[in-house]
Amino acid sequence: MKLVIAIIQPHKLEEVKEELYKEEVNLLTASEVLGHGRQKGVTEIYRGAKETGNLLRKIRLEIAVNENFVEPTIRAIIKGAKTGETGDGKIFVLDLKECVRIRTEERGSVAIG
Amino acid sequence: MNSGDTAWVLISSALVLLMTPGLAFFYGGMVRRKNVLSVLMQCFIIMSVLSIQWVLIGYSLSFHPGKGFWGGLGWFGLNGVGLEPYADYAGTIPHQAFMIFQAMFAIITPALIIGAFAERMKFSAFLVFTLLWATFVYDPLCHWIWGIGGWLRNMGALDFAGGTVVHINAGIAALVTAIVLGKRSNLDKNVPTPHNMPFVVLGTALLWFGWFGFNAGSALAANGLAVNAFVVTNTAAAAAGLSWALIEWLRNGKPTIFGVCSGAVAGLVAITPAAGFVGVVPAIIIGLLVSVFCFIAVTIVKPLFGYDDSLDAFGVHCVGGIWGALATGLFASKLVNLAGADGLFFGNTKQFLIQMATVGITIVYTAVVTFIIYKLVDLFIGMRVDEKTEAMGLDLTQHHERAYTVLE
Repeated sequence: MKLVIAIIQPHKLEEVKEELYKEEVNLLTASEVLGHGRQKGVTEIYRGAKETGNLLRKIRLEIAVNENFVEPTIRAIIKGAKTGETGDGKIFVLDLKECVRIRTEERGSVAIG
Repeated sequence: MNSGDTAWVLISSALVLLMTPGLAFFYGGMVRRKNVLSVLMQCFIIMSVLSIQWVLIGYSLSFHPGKGFWGGLGWFGLNGVGLEPYADYAGTIPHQAFMIFQAMFAIITPALIIGAFAERMKFSAFLVFTLLWATFVYDPLCHWIWGIGGWLRNMGALDFAGGTVVHINAGIAALVTAIVLGKRSNLDKNVPTPHNMPFVVLGTALLWFGWFGFNAGSALAANGLAVNAFVVTNTAAAAAGLSWALIEWLRNGKPTIFGVCSGAVAGLVAITPAAGFVGVVPAIIIGLLVSVFCFIAVTIVKPLFGYDDSLDAFGVHCVGGIWGALATGLFASKLVNLAGADGLFFGNTKQFLIQMATVGITIVYTAVVTFIIYKLVDLFIGMRVDEKTEAMGLDLTQHHERAYTVLE
């Protein structure tokens, strides 16, 4: 089991979701986060006071998948989120030790999908 | 000179001014949060720019007597517009009181158009477009319908508080800009939901409140006619809000606060031209029906043709305004206002035809000149922001500000 974490542009969320559904990855958690990588952030000015390097809004997706779904998930995220410019985001894949479905108390691979 | 009348018109002017920030919140709540400041900014800068345009040239072009295309520059910089009454417009209040009351109408009209091009217009282009539109569309049309010597006024067109001058005018300009500017990007994949519904409600409340100045103030005196306008305004807004909620309930299963707000605004729009000419039963009919027409325009006609009138400036203001103008031709009665006329239902078919002609002329003139102004500004400045700017949002890219922080 793996946990796929992706940081993407907020306006790409709908397209990524659509691509994930096409790959039959239907379960995900999305949250709003702030951050920047190579992209330098933005300038904001309040009553003349300039603030540069402010963090940009991003969406963080967390998707728990079984091994055979890892590549399709990565493929779908790239397809939905890629523009080719800085700021497109990153995908992290982590080993996942355990997964429990609270309703049935099932554990492991069966609990993921 | 009458102190009661003067006090009422000054208070009404302040009420109408408040409608523009009200509209800002009404529209601001409907956009995505990356664009809320851009909408508030557009509304506020219009208050700044048009207040100055109006005292310098706008009032003169609109209201200086004359039979021409517009009133000319005889009252440039309010030269000759003093503190004594000008009886042709309002005999009991200072001329400048009438002028500043009218200023508020000139401010809110271009602000209404914002609803059509929200979330994708370049701020610099917006400013130039708005100034040109106010000068070459609003001022002439205002002169034709309300100015001494205006040809539609002489033809007998009835427009008590601006159903045609304000709402049809702005609504048609909205449709033209929405079509020429094109849809917001990714619209089919990512249907934008209003980011702050309480703002929409707050805006509607301020609009309803301010509209008493808009309509009852248009009596230009603290008298029975003002009271009639006040009563029918409230009645039509109430009927339309209820009607929209019922339509949603029947069609979608649940009534929504967004629906009640949309209906109330549509009702206020529709009663505007009629407020000084109709009684309370016609007001209920006007209100109940306007929500039907606007609901159809917004939920059926718009998707059918695919134009992106983002916040339904056309669907509510133009459609509601046309219904109001025609309803004035149906329900107007001299029993309400001797200075008005009887409508179709009171045996005067001619008034209904005059109303239809006025609506038609307004639609053609506004559509053509709005299109020309749009193309000119587009040629020199470029109307639309690029795709990346649109994706990041206008708040950060056009103003270097954001409305809400995520942390802290």
